[in-house]
Amino acid sequence: MIPEAAIEVRDLVKRFPGSTAPALDQVTTAMKAGTITGLVGPDGAGKTTFLRTLAGLLRPTQGEVRVLGLDPQAQSGELRDHVGYMPQKFGLYEDLSVLENLTLHADLRNVVGAERDATFKQLLAFTDLASFTGRYAGKLSGGMKQKLGLACSLLGHPRILLLDEPGVGVDPISRRELWKMVRALSRDGLTVVWSTAYLDEAELCDDVRLMAEGRIRASGTPQELMAVMAGRCYQIAQLADRPRNLLHRVLNAPEVIDGAIQGSQVRIVLREPGVFPDLARLNAGPRAEFKAVAPRLEDAFISLLGGGPGGDSALAEVTHAREPDPALDPDAIIRAQHLCKTFGAFKATDDVSFAVARGEIFGLLGPNGAGKSTAFKMECGLLKPTSGQALVMGLDLQHSPSKARQQLGYMAQKFSLYGQLSVRRNLLFFSEIYGLQGELQRFKVQQMIETFDLAPYLETLAGDLPLGFKQRLALACCVMHEPQVLFLDEPTSGVDPVTRREFWNHIHGLANKGVTIIVTTHFMDEAEYCDRIGLVFRGRLIALGRPDDLKRRCATPERPDPTMEDAFIDLILEAES
Amino acid sequence: MSGISGRRLLALCRKESYQIVRDPSNILIAFVLPVMLLFLYGFAINLDSSLVKLGVLRLDDGPAAVSFEQQLQGTPALEVHHGASLRELQTAMSRGEIRGLVVIQNDFTARWLHGQGAAIQVLTDGAEPNTANFVSSYVQGAWQKWQEARAPLADGTPVPGVELRPRAWYNPATISRDYLVPGSIAVVMTVIGALLTSLVVAREWERGTMEALLATPVTAAELLLSKILPYYLLGMVAMALCTGVAVLLMGVPFRGSFLVLAFTSTLFLGAALGFGLFLSTVLRDQFNAAQAALTAGFLPAMMLSGFVFEINSMPWPLRLLTRLFPARYFAGSLQTLFQAGTVPAILIPNDLFLALLMVVWLTLTARKTTRTLD
Repeated sequence: MIPEAAIEVRDLVKRFPGSTAPALDQVTTAMKAGTITGLVGPDGAGKTTFLRTLAGLLRPTQGEVRVLGLDPQAQSGELRDHVGYMPQKFGLYEDLSVLENLTLHADLRNVVGAERDATFKQLLAFTDLASFTGRYAGKLSGGMKQKLGLACSLLGHPRILLLDEPGVGVDPISRRELWKMVRALSRDGLTVVWSTAYLDEAELCDDVRLMAEGRIRASGTPQELMAVMAGRCYQIAQLADRPRNLLHRVLNAPEVIDGAIQGSQVRIVLREPGVFPDLARLNAGPRAEFKAVAPRLEDAFISLLGGGPGGDSALAEVTHAREPDPALDPDAIIRAQHLCKTFGAFKATDDVSFAVARGEIFGLLGPNGAGKSTAFKMECGLLKPTSGQALVMGLDLQHSPSKARQQLGYMAQKFSLYGQLSVRRNLLFFSEIYGLQGELQRFKVQQMIETFDLAPYLETLAGDLPLGFKQRLALACCVMHEPQVLFLDEPTSGVDPVTRREFWNHIHGLANKGVTIIVTTHFMDEAEYCDRIGLVFRGRLIALGRPDDLKRRCATPERPDPTMEDAFIDLILEAES
Repeated sequence: MSGISGRRLLALCRKESYQIVRDPSNILIAFVLPVMLLFLYGFAINLDSSLVKLGVLRLDDGPAAVSFEQQLQGTPALEVHHGASLRELQTAMSRGEIRGLVVIQNDFTARWLHGQGAAIQVLTDGAEPNTANFVSSYVQGAWQKWQEARAPLADGTPVPGVELRPRAWYNPATISRDYLVPGSIAVVMTVIGALLTSLVVAREWERGTMEALLATPVTAAELLLSKILPYYLLGMVAMALCTGVAVLLMGVPFRGSFLVLAFTSTLFLGAALGFGLFLSTVLRDQFNAAQAALTAGFLPAMMLSGFVFEINSMPWPLRLLTRLFPARYFAGSLQTLFQAGTVPAILIPNDLFLALLMVVWLTLTARKTTRTLD
């Protein structure tokens, strides 16, 4: 046993009845006391199952778990007093006030009398909730809920704190505040396990466990994990071409395992240090050059998963290039004019205006609940604006005939295919919905099966597909009829970084064929893939422009190269003042 | 299950009470729904007949025929419509304007006078068997009375008719509402008992609060009790409301002891809430649990509690099945308490069965209430 380990896990296996693959597969790890360990991985990697097992909420199928030297099952009574656990969505009673939620947890954890008064005072000051004690938890913002959830899990002075995706549904400012709070706690000796889907969040942790498919694929400090990538990360600057076109070509070079757009540059990860692709053959332009950049945790993770998917989009290859319609304004295929939507007293969308040009990728960015989806749904005619107008190809989809809708594809945020139908049936159904018949229908369905590698899953029920394949099928169903305009609502939410790359390849490929695309995302780094972005915060469009321009607006001498998240935070602060 | 801490239990019960008071749907289920259902059952389901419209076709003008028609007209439950032709009356019947039809043939008086045994023809609407029964029995009654009054004895004096005077005990006026309302209270309480609790555990699972609760030192016993006690109190208030409405507003007499009523209701609520909690604990989904509670609670309570359909006239497998449902014992006890009074011979066995069902459901729920998410 490692003397300083607060948590030790050996050969942990967890199987759920009815599923073939184990949720946790031979997990062996230890976590040091007084550190923050980041548990990173896509949805379904086993992060939540792991945390629940540590909290004693799930019984291990096999293996040994020791938290503070205690068995979470056999010695649960003793252990519970020392473990604070914040589940996803924070586990608050929404119809109870802030103080009532705190009081409940205090009573349950036997924090009473003078100790309670002192703890409440301290926690309320710490979380900045002192002036909201009477407010129902359901009426708090995402960031305040998160803080209240943290406060509840801190009652009774736990020595272990387990946080399950505390950053989801929370704006970037609140996420940073939470991070500061947790960091302060860990300095006082608290051992923290923090699960997240954001790799940039994990970079701040003392220690990281990269998880995929129930296994821990890599462990170490972020620096150790990123050190492996030293000498392999470069930026190509001074491009002659659009970055996304170069990215396409560079990803197909054998020397490159991963790449991404960064403003007007392309960032690449080399297969081996020092072995570069030939810039001249890539048509990067006469002044193009390599510039070494610091590795990121995401580079390490993608390298571990075997590299990105290359640069080609099979989907774009089978999509016909469309001639622009002379009757339409090429600069405003999609147009939002002063869109407002109120639900009761709540302004979900407040005076949002933008236009999207033909073949452009327009991204709506913002934390969950900021109003992206509401604006998005009004634009494609699913929600009626309270005021303002939403036009697609010059038509208001609320009133326009189904013929106009035939020209657009829509991928909903939540899985909205028929879970009880097989993959093949879903494809057939959606092809019929979009009016494909006979030979053409058979051809397109077969084409989608090949394009998205769905052949092994044809008879699988859509509901039983792995998440990445669900998203692929959903995309297949909405592009089969080759729409001119594509609406994608959080298409990459919850999927692993490699699948995310693949999705962006498709999106870029389609845009090059003249398809106009509007996409929402809460991953700040995905903004880089868009031609232009609109930042949505509390219903308002607080900034609109090219990713590079937005970042440049926030550059300071101390921070010459801000990230999109830095820019977003600055823009929010600017909008608030 | 391990021990119970008073503080934790109190904290959980307080939390549950806040949630009850703040959720309008609880108030709707506990207070509005029962009163609505009670009025619905009390007034809409009526097994008494009102005035029955009867068509009469008299083809004979003789004194006997005329006097029989007068006899029919004199019957309080009948409203006689004189018709001119069979066709006209048949049309009226097919339109539902009259519910039955009596034909007095043209040789009626002649046959009667000659002692050849006069006969009448009664036509009823078989599509409505209940009304058809009323028609034929009212006409038969009138026919019997008329015959008795007319039959001369050998010396010419009329037959002293044998008079039948039915007395319905416990419900002397045989007002069906008086026994339907107590029965319907049992149905109403089954619905709200199961509905109230079927939602509460599932709600905690759906909103993710159960996970947060289970990570604290609460015990399964505390969890279970905190789900029962507040809803038991709410159920008792609903029960008091039902009784109040029945006695004060609907004028149903109550002849038993209120103390016994409270005791029986406690046992019944234990069983009904236990059943709802069991569904909620096992299904972990509010929609499914509520649907299961309605189907498995309401339907058997309606059909198999003896509230409308007599259990004694059911085939034996169904009779046996009724034993499984608390509503059966509760309906029986309520009907007894309201109409007959405190009759230990009926109430004690019913209470024993209710107690047994309560123990069964609560034990099953307790066994399913685990401290893990597995």
